[in-house]
Amino acid sequence: MPKTLLQIDWLTILIIAILIGFGWGNIYSTTFVSPDESILDLSKIYGKQLLWIFLGALIGIVILALESKFFERFANVIYLFAVLSLLGLFAFGKTIAGQTAWYSFGSFSIQPAEFVKVAVALALAKYISDLDNDLSRFKSQLIAFTIIGIPLALIMLQPDAGSALIYLAFLIPLYREGLPHFYISIGFLTAAIFILTLKFGFTLFAPIFGVLIIIVYLFNKKNKPKLWKYALISLFGIGFSYSVNFILNSVLLPHQKDRFDVLIGETNDIKGSAFNLYQSEVAIGSGGWTGKGWLKGSQTQGRFVPEQHTDYIFSTVGEEWGFMGTSIVVILFTLLILRLFHLAERQKSQFSRVYGYSVMSVIFVHFFVNVAMVIGLFPTVGIPLPFFSYGGSGLWGFLILVIIFLKLDAKRKSLN
Amino acid sequence: MRKLLPIILVSFTAFLFLIRLFYLQIMDDSYDEVSTNISVRKVYDYPQRGYIYDRNGELMVGNQPAYDVMAVPLEVKEFDTLELASLLKLTPDRLKTQLERAWRYSPRLASVITPQLTKKEYAYLQERMHKYQGFYIQKRSLRDYNVEHSANILGYIAEVGQGEISEKSYYQSGDLKGKQGVEEQYEEVLRGERGVKHYLRDIHNKNIKPFKEGKFDTVSKKGSDLHLTIDAKLQAYGEKLMKGKRGGIVVIEPSTGEILSLVTAPSYDPDLLVGRKRSRNFTELYYDTIQKPLYNRALQAIYAPGSPFKALTGLVALQESVVDLEENFRCNGGYSYARGVRMGCHNHPSPVQMVTGIAHSCNSYFAQIYRRTIEKYNTPQKGIDVWRGHMASFGLGDYLGYDLPVGRAGLLPDSDYYNRAYRYPTYQWYASATLSNAIGQGEVLTTPIQLANATAAIANKGWFYRPHIIKKIDDESIKEEKYTTKQVTTIDKEHFNPIIQGMHDVFNYGTAKFLRVPGIEVCGKTGTSENYTKIDGERVQLTDHSIFIAFAPKDDPKIALAVFVENGYWGSRYAGRISSLMIEKYLKDEIERTDLERWILSNTLEEEYAKPYSGEPFKINQ
Repeated sequence: MPKTLLQIDWLTILIIAILIGFGWGNIYSTTFVSPDESILDLSKIYGKQLLWIFLGALIGIVILALESKFFERFANVIYLFAVLSLLGLFAFGKTIAGQTAWYSFGSFSIQPAEFVKVAVALALAKYISDLDNDLSRFKSQLIAFTIIGIPLALIMLQPDAGSALIYLAFLIPLYREGLPHFYISIGFLTAAIFILTLKFGFTLFAPIFGVLIIIVYLFNKKNKPKLWKYALISLFGIGFSYSVNFILNSVLLPHQKDRFDVLIGETNDIKGSAFNLYQSEVAIGSGGWTGKGWLKGSQTQGRFVPEQHTDYIFSTVGEEWGFMGTSIVVILFTLLILRLFHLAERQKSQFSRVYGYSVMSVIFVHFFVNVAMVIGLFPTVGIPLPFFSYGGSGLWGFLILVIIFLKLDAKRKSLN
Repeated sequence: MRKLLPIILVSFTAFLFLIRLFYLQIMDDSYDEVSTNISVRKVYDYPQRGYIYDRNGELMVGNQPAYDVMAVPLEVKEFDTLELASLLKLTPDRLKTQLERAWRYSPRLASVITPQLTKKEYAYLQERMHKYQGFYIQKRSLRDYNVEHSANILGYIAEVGQGEISEKSYYQSGDLKGKQGVEEQYEEVLRGERGVKHYLRDIHNKNIKPFKEGKFDTVSKKGSDLHLTIDAKLQAYGEKLMKGKRGGIVVIEPSTGEILSLVTAPSYDPDLLVGRKRSRNFTELYYDTIQKPLYNRALQAIYAPGSPFKALTGLVALQESVVDLEENFRCNGGYSYARGVRMGCHNHPSPVQMVTGIAHSCNSYFAQIYRRTIEKYNTPQKGIDVWRGHMASFGLGDYLGYDLPVGRAGLLPDSDYYNRAYRYPTYQWYASATLSNAIGQGEVLTTPIQLANATAAIANKGWFYRPHIIKKIDDESIKEEKYTTKQVTTIDKEHFNPIIQGMHDVFNYGTAKFLRVPGIEVCGKTGTSENYTKIDGERVQLTDHSIFIAFAPKDDPKIALAVFVENGYWGSRYAGRISSLMIEKYLKDEIERTDLERWILSNTLEEEYAKPYSGEPFKINQ
């Protein structure tokens, strides 16, 4: 254990500690009632979060104390438990706001989905690191997708589309380990077509897309692929674009459609569906360079932004700490992700590398989706900002995720 | 290559976020204001409007509390429309349209839903308002009138219109503002300054604490009290005498230019325009296009001045040295000044000189001296302009600069005017073409206040102060140069003596000898003024207006006045009697000549006013 302490990456710990500390300060600002009350008051959200942080640190120490081979050896068992915990929700779970996502113990609740990410990362790492598997083969791809797909499907059924979205993060480690370009390209293309169709409509998008394909075909002199490939891409693009309207109007639930409409500015109902985003943008926008000061944000103190201590915590940073605060948070996350990238790349063991990549990717997607949502670049998706948002399950899930990797990294020389 | 994907994604994301944040937080300033609108509540404190007193300190206008029901549309939560509508005594539809209108004005700012509840309605509502989120009651003060007269002097207060809200940022929906009269003229003095407190509030609309420790709060400042130059008793008496007549009385203190009375008839009770009944009553007054009670005849009506103008004609002739005081003029019942054209005159002793000319109001005399005045110069153009200069120095043909918001300039023609009218130089025109000016029956048009002011200038023998209605603001006498600077006429002082003598003789043996005020030396001049109206597009002459100007006492004048009574016929019949009674009332406080008073009070001109509307042929000047 003392040896491990010397070997773990303290820079990562430092960045995370700053994020947690700063996050707690902002949670306090959004939930305190009177400055005279003790910050340890467990009936208050900020008091609970302090407890979660303390317990989270203990969990971290326990993980560091474990044998580093433990995680690879038991990855499949952990995965099995994780899937069972998700299944168990349908029998024993507690339904809050229409989502059956929590186990409830008295006044505390646990959200298993936050921990399942760890299990998926471990299982995926174990599967890919097996010498028999090759992601360029269809069979391996299928199994890898199944590992991701089972919990994803279960979470979709809760239903919690936001948390499910996070599982797209695992495409990044898969790609690193040899998943063909095709999947990533299709992924980006789909996203691009989706957004463009939303914004400009099918009738405007389709001809522009067609002309674009033709131009690319005519000017792509070298490395000329076959004509039928272009035709297929055009057909796919236009067909998908056409189905977006259909998806929006017939597949998505009304509140989900509203969230898209809000994002692209189709609806401006600031009392209704656009209320959250509007209040959030106002809070952030009124922060200026240096913000209104801690505990002094008028939007925050008026509690105008719903869910501000959880999903919308970033808007508090924006209002009370200004551009200075928000850019520091963005930079800290960027540093953390790049640091994790660096650590992952230096692993000798493929298991550690895949796992590290997964950790980085999960944190990145959370960061991207949450901040983009709060600043109005992404539809409303209820997922937390790692280390920042209020919530024990989330905090512990991320801590476990990262600290396992730090342990693996500390022991990288003995693992291969 | 595959390793690059995370780096590209992260860098791109960081870049995108920083740009977006920079835009939101630094570039786009609109959020600051929105944030303030959302999270800061302004609570207004409306100060009492200043009181209005008369010159003797008698309270004319005070205040009474009133309560507006306001709503901030964004904060309005679902509520029982029927119940609230019945509480507010509105129809549900009306309540809905009021709320829609409030939305259009501003979702975030308060709008009036129903204005000016009484204290009793307020007490009842106050207990029930908490049920209706987004609604609240704003206390304001309304006018409380101690007098039933002076409506046109005082004006009224009313909610500001949408136009005024956008023009002048001081006002907000539901604010009250002076309209007409001194309420409008001295709005900023009377209203004081509204105070405002800023509170941070939360999403449940509760106040959390003062915003920025009250840095932006202001304390309300009470409106200042006004002391008018009006003598409330005289004003009340003047309005009483004018009952059943149309016209105006303007009374000025010659030594100061202070307006002692400003009567227009018909008028209305100022209390009609207070509170919720205001808009209904206002509509009624506004659309009374026959009597025009909102029209201030004393300031806005322009009449031909008639014979009182002869006093000025005489003064100009003396100043221009075109007539000798002792020079006799014969009057054979008129003056033939061109072939076949004759100005008639009434029966009076002949010959006349300046003094007797005024006393008997001889048309022939003044026509001739006027003609000499104009013809003294090489061209009639030059003559008219010199004449006009003299007349203008008495404040005619000009707004006079008094401190009330309405007025007319009247008409004092110059050479351009006649050049245009007679199409000079194609055609020539001569003094004779303008001869009616001599007796105030030509192109000259004056308002009652102009004529009263000219009378004050005669009383002062050549100077006046601009008429004004403000005496003191908060016990501080006015020091405005405009009203404390003597305006000097172009007529030398010595020329006034014969004119004043003539005006005195009007009462001794002239046209107003039965109107003498016992114990007071009064100077005056009667007048009648021909006037016309259109009936079915045809020009029809109506009974002459009765006009009178006077000042008293002859030496050391304390009061100067002009009275116009529409279609009152002889100057002495209505205007003269009223003038005489006003002078007695002001200088002696008691009316001894109760017969004269009774005559005025019991005679009205309503029959006369009904004639043009009767649709039947009628006789005039009976």
